[in-house]
Amino acid sequence: MKAHLTRRYMFSASHRLHSDQMSADENLATYGKCNNPYGHGHNYAVEITVSGQVDESTGMVCNLVDLDGFIHQHVLERYDHRNLNLLHEFTEDVPTTENLCIAIYKIVQRGFHKAHLEKVRIEETMMNSFEYAGE
Amino acid sequence: MVYLTRKAEFSASHYYHNPDFTPEENVRIFGKCNNPHGHGHNYTLEVTVKGAVDPKSGFVVDLKQLKEVMNREVLDAMDHRFLNKEVPEFANRIPTTENIAIAIWHRLAPKLKTAQLHRVRVYETPDLFVDFYGEA
Repeated sequence: MKAHLTRRYMFSASHRLHSDQMSADENLATYGKCNNPYGHGHNYAVEITVSGQVDESTGMVCNLVDLDGFIHQHVLERYDHRNLNLLHEFTEDVPTTENLCIAIYKIVQRGFHKAHLEKVRIEETMMNSFEYAGE
Repeated sequence: MVYLTRKAEFSASHYYHNPDFTPEENVRIFGKCNNPHGHGHNYTLEVTVKGAVDPKSGFVVDLKQLKEVMNREVLDAMDHRFLNKEVPEFANRIPTTENIAIAIWHRLAPKLKTAQLHRVRVYETPDLFVDFYGEA
């Protein structure tokens, strides 16, 4: 039988929302406080949802050790306590949580093959969250 | 179509062990969860049902009935129990969160009257949960 498994991880990072395609005034109007040139930070919560047949012999969609290991190595190591703007995926794309969702989705989809990736959901703060399912 | 979710909590112990595996394989695959004396969790259950809103009552489902079914079929059987030893579904099946969600689905689905079961979500801890939609 097919089940969906979701695991939640935390990381903290700084960023600045600023687009080179806009003037200084437009940036300020669009991003407000998030345009502060010195940046600011968040405690991000990221939920990775994978799906698959529940293995009869283990009772699992995938072994959490494998998922945790992959996410720690390829997602948390990359983003935790970093300035997102300095990472190559955000040299052109603005490090909004939308784009962060897409970046993490791509990392997991490319590298994790023990279960099917369904969705990445990120809470930037307790008040807002974002989801990307590869559409 | 409206979706309604009811939450409940239960606490239970379990361990992961497959008798077809060697002791070494069991430890390698299940790690700390293989401790035969068991360990426990505070599980949170979310049951989501769906249906048309009854024009007379304004309900998708009578919450009182849903709560009774959840109490009788799930909490009475699983709350403060050792899942491996006391819940029949887990006599020959490992009580992982996946299998707990599936077992709860099969306990609830035939007992619901007006609304249709949409999703069973089981949180083992706040950072780990499983959704089951009744898919084969």
